[in-house]
Amino acid sequence: MSLVIVDTGCANLSSVKFAFERLGAAPVISDNNETILTADKLILPGVGSAPYAMQNIAAKNLVDVLRGVSQPMLGICLGMQLLYETLEEGGRVVEGLGLIPGHVGRLETGNLPSPHMGWNQIEPSQQSPLMRDIKVCDYAYFVHSYAAPISDYTLASSSYGTPFTAVVGKDNVLGCQFHPERSSRVGAQIFKNFLELTL
Amino acid sequence: MLAQSKLARRIIPCLDVRDGRVVKGVQFRNHEDVGDIIELALRYRDAGADELVFYDITASVDDRTVSPDWISRISREIDIPFCVAGGINSVKAAGARLSAGADKISINSPALARPGLVDELVKAFGTQCIVIGIDSFEDKNIYRVKSHTGDPDKMRETGRDMLGWAKEVTERGAGEIVLNCMNQDGVRKGYDIAQLSALRAQCKVPLIASGGAGTIAHFEDVFKQAGVDGALAASVFHKSVIAIPDLKQALHDRGIEIRI
Repeated sequence: MSLVIVDTGCANLSSVKFAFERLGAAPVISDNNETILTADKLILPGVGSAPYAMQNIAAKNLVDVLRGVSQPMLGICLGMQLLYETLEEGGRVVEGLGLIPGHVGRLETGNLPSPHMGWNQIEPSQQSPLMRDIKVCDYAYFVHSYAAPISDYTLASSSYGTPFTAVVGKDNVLGCQFHPERSSRVGAQIFKNFLELTL
Repeated sequence: MLAQSKLARRIIPCLDVRDGRVVKGVQFRNHEDVGDIIELALRYRDAGADELVFYDITASVDDRTVSPDWISRISREIDIPFCVAGGINSVKAAGARLSAGADKISINSPALARPGLVDELVKAFGTQCIVIGIDSFEDKNIYRVKSHTGDPDKMRETGRDMLGWAKEVTERGAGEIVLNCMNQDGVRKGYDIAQLSALRAQCKVPLIASGGAGTIAHFEDVFKQAGVDGALAASVFHKSVIAIPDLKQALHDRGIEIRI
C-alpha cells in the first residue's frame, strides 16, 4: 500500500512520517501531483497559519488535486481544518478545500488560557473504523487556537471552553484536530486504523 | 482555573543537554552527567511524561545553536510532544529545529536581546509552537529577569521585570510561557507559588512552572494554588526521588485532571 504525506510546506512533516514508520508503514513525503493522485492513501499535515498553508498549497498547484482525491485522506491539525469550506484567522476568512461543509473559527475558551494546548479527552460520537478501539476518556494531544464546530460529520468531540470537533469524517475524507503522531498509544491506534481502513 | 475543562495538567521532565548528554546542576552550577538523551526520553515517555523539554544550556553562552540531528533522533523515537530550547536566535535556526521534529521551540536570551524575534517566529510558524522561557530571580519582592543563565560567569541582568516581560512576549504572540524561578531551582523546596500566581493572574496563554519541585505535594500545590497548566522538573525525576506514575496517580487521586 502506498501512503503519501502531502508536503504542505509546514513544519511537522517528519514527525508524522516517523509515526507511520513506527507502525511499519513506509510513507513518502511529496508535493508531486502524480504521486499524490496515484497514492492508495493520503495524509494532509499542517501546523501554523491557515493563510500561509493555503498559499503553499496553491503555489504548488495542489488545490484542485486535493479537491478531487477519491482515496482515503486524513488531515491532521491545520490539515484537518483545511478540509472545511472556510477558515478564519486573524480576522480574515480564507477559503479552504471545501471537502467538508462548515467554517473553522476561533475556539472560544472563555477564561481558560489559549491556545488550547495539551492532553484532552476525546469522546467518540459515531461508529467509524477510524475510531476503532478508542474509548471515551482517552486522551489526545492538542495544540490549536481555531476549531470546527460539532456537525453531522463529527466522529469524536472534545471540549475546552466550548465543544468542538476532534475527529471528522465525510466519505473518503477524514481529519483529526489533535496530533496523533504525538498522542502516544491513542494516536498510534488512530494511525493504525487509518492504515487498515477500506472504503 | 481548575475543573473547568478535561484538559490534563502536564507533567514535564526537563532535560538539560550539554555536549549531547543530559546534565543537571544546582542553581545552574556544578553540572553532573545524568544520562543519554534518547535513553532518558524513552524512559520518561514510558513512565507517562506528558511532554519533554530539552534545554541546550550552553547554547546561548557559547554563541552556538543546538544540533537538529539529535532532535530528529528524538522525534523518530518518541510519540509525545517535545520542546527544544537553546540559543535559537533566528527564523532559520527555529525552522531547522521544527523541521527536524520538535513540536515547539523555546526562546529565552535571544528574545531578550532582540524582542522583535518573537514576532518574526510567530509570523513564520504560528503562536502554537513559540514558547518563551523566562529566568526570574526574586530580589526583595521584585522579580528580575536574567539572561544567559547557562553560565554563572556570563549571566546578565536585563533590567526587565518578569511581569512586564511576560506581558510583552504574549502581546508579541508567544503561545506559552515557562517561568523558571531561579531562587528555587534545583533545591527542591517547592515551586514559587507567589510568583507563579502573580503571573497566572495576568497570563492568558498556557503557563508552565519551573524550579523547586521536591515532593508530590509541591506539584499538588502548584496546580491547585498557582493554577499552572504544567509543571516542569528535572532532578526529582532524574534521581528517581519521585516516580512519574506515582506522582500522576497521587495528583489524580487528589482531584487534579491528569492523564493516567
